[in-house]
Amino acid sequence: MTQLLSAQVLLGILASGIRLATPYLYAGIGETFGQRSGVLNLGVEGQMLLGAFAAFYAVKRTGNLWLGLLAAMVVGGLMGLAMAFVSVTLRAKQGISGIGFFLFGLGMSDLLFQRMLGTVETVSGFRPVAIPLLSQIPVVGPIFFNQNLLVYFAYLLVPSAAFVMNKTTLGLKIRAVGETPEAADSLGVSVSQVRYITVTLGGILSGVAGASLSIALLNVFQQNLTSGLGFIAVALVYFGGWRAWGLLAGALLFSMVNALQLWVQVLGIPIPSEFAVMMPYVLTIVALVVAVQRVRPPTALTKPFVREG
Amino acid sequence: MNKLKEWRFSSQLIDAMLPLFATLAALVVGAFMLLALGANPLVAYNALLDGAFGSVNSLADTLVRATPLLFVGVGICIAFRGGVINIGGEGQFVAGALCGTLVGLAFPNGPALIIVPLAFLAGVLGGAVWGGIPGLLKAHFNVNEILSTVMMNQIATQGMNFLLIGPLIDPVQLERASRIPQTARISAAFSLPRLVPTRLHLGTLIAVLMAVLVYILLWRTTLGYRIRAVGLNPEASRYAGINVARHIALSLALSGALAGLAGAVQVFGVNFRMFTDGSATGFTGSAGFHGIVAALFGQLHPLGTIPAAFLFGGLLVGANRMQRAVQVPSAFIITLNGLVVVFVVSTELWRQQRARRRAAATIPAEDDEALPAAMPAETKPQDLEAAI
Repeated sequence: MTQLLSAQVLLGILASGIRLATPYLYAGIGETFGQRSGVLNLGVEGQMLLGAFAAFYAVKRTGNLWLGLLAAMVVGGLMGLAMAFVSVTLRAKQGISGIGFFLFGLGMSDLLFQRMLGTVETVSGFRPVAIPLLSQIPVVGPIFFNQNLLVYFAYLLVPSAAFVMNKTTLGLKIRAVGETPEAADSLGVSVSQVRYITVTLGGILSGVAGASLSIALLNVFQQNLTSGLGFIAVALVYFGGWRAWGLLAGALLFSMVNALQLWVQVLGIPIPSEFAVMMPYVLTIVALVVAVQRVRPPTALTKPFVREG
Repeated sequence: MNKLKEWRFSSQLIDAMLPLFATLAALVVGAFMLLALGANPLVAYNALLDGAFGSVNSLADTLVRATPLLFVGVGICIAFRGGVINIGGEGQFVAGALCGTLVGLAFPNGPALIIVPLAFLAGVLGGAVWGGIPGLLKAHFNVNEILSTVMMNQIATQGMNFLLIGPLIDPVQLERASRIPQTARISAAFSLPRLVPTRLHLGTLIAVLMAVLVYILLWRTTLGYRIRAVGLNPEASRYAGINVARHIALSLALSGALAGLAGAVQVFGVNFRMFTDGSATGFTGSAGFHGIVAALFGQLHPLGTIPAAFLFGGLLVGANRMQRAVQVPSAFIITLNGLVVVFVVSTELWRQQRARRRAAATIPAEDDEALPAAMPAETKPQDLEAAI
């Protein structure tokens, strides 16, 4: 136990916790937009898998990381658009159609992986970029300011998302559509259009979340690379009370516990590794019990909009 | 009047056929995917069908593969009818299999007629607990069950890995250096009887029996009526004096119980032990997810789930043959299943519109005598909505 408390290990946990939160932030922010507008997208996991594969494959073929990121955004965006069509235009049950998209992404990414790559390979992904001056700060510098670009972008995304949601017309429209779609509609806001935008945006960000795994954090692609990560991102949206800052808190908490369990294993502390891996999931359930008590979900969540007439 | 009845019947018939149309659409999309992968869709689908239904052996394999899907799918019917979405089939399956295996290993010399039912009961309990926890959390703390069941899947998987690598590892594996994470084989006396000289086992019949029992539960008992009432309208149910929280928890627990039974039957009928590759899928074959697909396809009706499970079991078995015939990875079938789910739920809109139209057409029928005057015989049903 004393090993865990040494300064070096604690800093290590902090640094990896901050890094590990990246995919949850992208996918969670995207899902937050969708849910605030009233659409529950459970297909995040599938979008992430396809995004991760697209990014990995593009980087493998071209060596260009930005092209990889773009590929993930395009694939994720297309998946988001399809989800929007099914849940907004066709008014399908969202919980179930999301599972369909999850299975589609799970199978499709595996299929493409086996067909186009065959074996687990690695790429050289985004490398840590030390921010001048800031990374020189003792202790804090190496933790916060020596990460890869996708990590920085993820943390910039949080205040940006909060700003868009709370201070812009688009954010107002999204919240109106998610709370009282009838009222928004009567004021001339197109409920469908807003939901198409948020769900497609969610898909794009889920694609980036996948890319952050396959070309920045892990630099590999394999079958079921995300293994439940996308579902956790959805859980964190509930935990965060449908707010960007709340999501950040949840993502950090979850990743810190995850980083802690990784270090527990590295240090050879005699806790069965399975229990260590279990810890974040147990914690998420407990966190959901506490969090859901406080905040109420968007009123129109999962309810398709039909204009009365 | 006859025309109206005729129309309503054919309209309902089309409703029942919608999943088939949706599947056809998915197969067409799948054909384009196969073309893109450089495979001949006709050859591929032919191999798929042949591998699934082409011989007695493949039919038996299909039934064996369909069995866990049917158990899980029937459970999903209870949960979804009760208004809760159970994504935790995988974890409940694992929990049930673990409990069943424990009973089997604890009494290796007991009489099979007592031990096997006891093991199935343990499987039912294990699954019920694993489904009941998210149920209680939903009922009393309003925790979204989709998320908690997903978390419970991960927890069950890790629990299984721990037990199979540690306390429950096969003593034979413990001596070897390989240490493959699997339990000891259960006593040969406990294997479920084979029905014909194939791999088909008694568990398939139990699954069909369960489907019938759940149908009776949901549509012929007060408990089932209450579960469905809570699923349709929790507010109205509460006013009617139904304990909504209790029925939400109960429908998830019952759903989990059936998935747990699926796990126990899988151990005693197919694998005779538990093993793990680190993920849940390695042992469950994703039955927890494919069961949802089967239930949806069966329109969340336990009896409809029987042919649906058979169909999807066939797809999964045939996928291996297809893989050999056209070198398309069997993951194609998971993709196809995903498309089927998306297409089936997408037809919901048409079903609702048709149901509304039928309901509208019923209103004048209350007064049969007055109908002919009010509605000329040649009025097309489509015009009814406008006419009323």
